[in-house]
Amino acid sequence: MQKRGGRSLEIFFYLPAAALLALVVVYPMARTAFLSFTRTNLATGFHSEFAGLQNYRRLIADSRFHNALWVTTTFTVLSVALEFALGLLLALAAETFIRGRSLIRAIFLAPWTLPTAIVAVLWAWIFNDQYGVLNALLLRAHIVQTPIAWLASPVSAMASIIIADVWKTTPFVFLVLLAGMQNVPRELYEAVEMDGGGAWSKFRHVTWPFLLPFVFIALVFRLIQGFAIFDLVYVMTGGGPGGSTETVSVYSYQTYMRYLDIGYGSAQVGAVVIILAAAAYLLYRLLLRQYAHLS
Amino acid sequence: MRTLAKILIVAFCVLAAAPIAWHVLSSLKTPGELASIPPTIWPRSATLDNYRELFTRRSFGRYYANSFVIAALSSLLCVAAGSLAAYSLARTSTVVRKLTTSSLLIVAFFPPIVLLFPLYEMVRAAGLMNHAWGLILPYAALNLPLTIWLLTGYFEQIPYEIEEAAAMDGLSRLQTFVKVILPLSAPALATTGMLAFIFAWNEFLFALTFMNRESSKTITVGVATLSGAFTYEIPWGLLAAGVVASSFPLILLVTVFQRRIVAGLTAGAGK
Repeated sequence: MQKRGGRSLEIFFYLPAAALLALVVVYPMARTAFLSFTRTNLATGFHSEFAGLQNYRRLIADSRFHNALWVTTTFTVLSVALEFALGLLLALAAETFIRGRSLIRAIFLAPWTLPTAIVAVLWAWIFNDQYGVLNALLLRAHIVQTPIAWLASPVSAMASIIIADVWKTTPFVFLVLLAGMQNVPRELYEAVEMDGGGAWSKFRHVTWPFLLPFVFIALVFRLIQGFAIFDLVYVMTGGGPGGSTETVSVYSYQTYMRYLDIGYGSAQVGAVVIILAAAAYLLYRLLLRQYAHLS
Repeated sequence: MRTLAKILIVAFCVLAAAPIAWHVLSSLKTPGELASIPPTIWPRSATLDNYRELFTRRSFGRYYANSFVIAALSSLLCVAAGSLAAYSLARTSTVVRKLTTSSLLIVAFFPPIVLLFPLYEMVRAAGLMNHAWGLILPYAALNLPLTIWLLTGYFEQIPYEIEEAAAMDGLSRLQTFVKVILPLSAPALATTGMLAFIFAWNEFLFALTFMNRESSKTITVGVATLSGAFTYEIPWGLLAAGVVASSFPLILLVTVFQRRIVAGLTAGAGK
């Protein structure tokens, strides 16, 4: 490679992007971090009074926050696991199609394209006890005798949200993994065949190692998006019934915009960032170590 | 094995399409039919009344225009600012490039709610509540990390010799960028622009918070609040028509450009 730094680069090239990021991302992050150590609410007239770790201490005792963390974790783990299993299965199945792959891609892309808030409206109606098509189909097939109010009881409401999320985002995982499979050298499959290996050893020793970086990207993306989930829950159940689907983002939104407790809301999102960072680091160690080991 | 795979794919294609199909069918039903319990599957007599009401009696046309202006301007701004930065990054030392792109990736992963309140304060202080720019600027910035990430990878592949030739022809650095580099990268710019557009069209949290006036709402918030979750009578027909009308442009866009979009989505993983 020849030297490229010979001509000085005008700082001007970086300026617009840097200014936008500073304004919209860096400053708000710093401000949230600052607010999380203050008492800023209706009672203080929205003036910030330094409060040390008080907000964080409050988090430790707040059972609603613990519930929200639990709900978010359950939602994220279950939906990402399902999306991942289905996405992988479908990607492996789609590999066998020589023609028609772009049609399959187009059909699968449709749910992923829909705005999440719209997906929430769409599924809320399907799950509606009286007018929803799900109950209509189940009744017609005599699987249930009376309509079920899916969104009215804690377990089925959580299941409904997970189903809506799986419907929307399995295509993303599928597409990323399908793209990853194009990177697998075909010769290696033949090599495994010559050694007398079956479908499983082809997957285990050829497909999987080449897929790992794609697996990592898809997982990290989905885990972080899942943990931040807001619109799906806010529109579909509003966090109900009785807080059984209230995720941390929904709780923090209420803390900010409804209870106007800015300092406490900031501590909530601060705690989430710390948890996410730890999870991403663990995942990175776990998966990429394995990758480095294999290659 | 092969047949099983085919059955599986076909079954999931049906599952992916069925909920949308149900809404398309329902949007063509009359209010009377929509109120029947249990619901019908096929419309008895198809009508476009729901769409007509959506666009004439409700401010759906307005939501549409708002979403379009906000998504278009924010993705333009994002690609403009992002391509300048990405070009410089692609031509700088490896250390700086790696450091910048990985810190950008971390930024991209922050949950948007972390930024919500400070942004709300700023938007209000700037008098941009219920104003398109109150969303355009945040959306442009939030899309920058992915845009810069994708474009840097693309610009790196453009041979440096082309720029040297341009310099010998007496073009300045900015001229080279505008007249040589940008035309060469049109496909990559279009892909990143499209992803930014889709993101902006779909965003809900900021749109819900910064736009509370009826005439300023974007389409996602408009349809979600159309449901009138707190009223007794839910306008099912309008809802179905709203779901279909709000997702139609996106589905069209993505179907036409699916190859590019998938390539853009997965570019990060290949490296």
